[in-house]
Amino acid sequence: MRSLFTALLSLAAAVFTLQAAPAQAQAQLQAAQSELSFTSRQMGVPVDGRFKRFDAQLNFDPKKPEAGKVGFSIDLASVSLGAPELEAELAKAPWFDSKKVPQASFQSSAIKAAGPGKFEVAGKLTIKGLTRDIVVPIALSQAGGLSTASGAFVLKRLEFKIGEGEWSDTSMVANDVQVKFKLVFKGIAAL
Amino acid sequence: MTAPLSTPASPAARYDGVAMAFHWLLGLAIVLTFALGVYMADLPFSMTRLKLFNWHKWAGVAILALSALRLLWRLSHAVPADLPAPALQQRIAHWVHGLLYLLFFAVPLAGWAYSSAAGFPIVWFGVLPLPDFVPRDKDLAEVLKEAHGLLAYGLAALVLAHVSAALKHQLIDRDGLLLRMLPGRR
Repeated sequence: MRSLFTALLSLAAAVFTLQAAPAQAQAQLQAAQSELSFTSRQMGVPVDGRFKRFDAQLNFDPKKPEAGKVGFSIDLASVSLGAPELEAELAKAPWFDSKKVPQASFQSSAIKAAGPGKFEVAGKLTIKGLTRDIVVPIALSQAGGLSTASGAFVLKRLEFKIGEGEWSDTSMVANDVQVKFKLVFKGIAAL
Repeated sequence: MTAPLSTPASPAARYDGVAMAFHWLLGLAIVLTFALGVYMADLPFSMTRLKLFNWHKWAGVAILALSALRLLWRLSHAVPADLPAPALQQRIAHWVHGLLYLLFFAVPLAGWAYSSAAGFPIVWFGVLPLPDFVPRDKDLAEVLKEAHGLLAYGLAALVLAHVSAALKHQLIDRDGLLLRMLPGRR
């Protein structure tokens, strides 16, 4: 009788322990403190822009990066270049075609550690219905309960048919677009 | 007493070859760049507009650079003495020329600043990035846009006055003034 009671107690303890330690907690994006921006080049002139509306779903434990998952979605219609005529142009079909395909998205397939506070996120980026594999290096820093994931990568706009027809001329708008981001999350475990 | 057209101007009465080259080259460049500016200003966004705006800026900066060289030449080389004329006319001519030189710099500088303030730094001929000497500022950009336009139209008005006066001298006074800016027998 006593060994059965002890066994049940141990089992209960084990179950409680399992439930008390979340393997992958969902982190919350602090959108107001986050930034997603890019720089394109028009006839050599750098033109900066940013997206005002985007969201991220992140399940990540820095101590177990391989088990992590990140999803990202961007409202392309929220693009801001400080020039209304350029924004109106970007919404059109040869560019984002944002009325028909308003969301761009990213889904990670693998996350791996790449040094202290550094990670490499591989995944699929989908814009305008076209999907490409990308690998994004990320630096993670933490302070005051918040984690900041920052990084940059070069996007080749023609791979996503951003700027079609006459606008595929890369001497007018360069193929390389520098994308930069700083995403602030609450609820990521310690590094 | 006016000199007949057929009298060859004496050596001291002509501008030198470099001054002549600056005059006609920049005169043509300024007229064409002005015309381009007027044409492109209100175009809706398009690839053509993007090209025209950049060509206009490249031309403007080239005019600015050449005008600086021209001014250096002007300050270091003799020019023909004034043609005999009432003192007031001579003074007006000097003031117009002085104002023209001022605008050769003011117009492109205002344009360059406008471009910077509007958030479009100039990359000369698409390869040489030029510095922004004013910050990105929408309100400042509006003011500089107005200033650039006003100064450009002012330059256009002075150019018309300058051309009219030269033609007046050549065709009405028949004093051979225009020949001073054209190559010929020394």
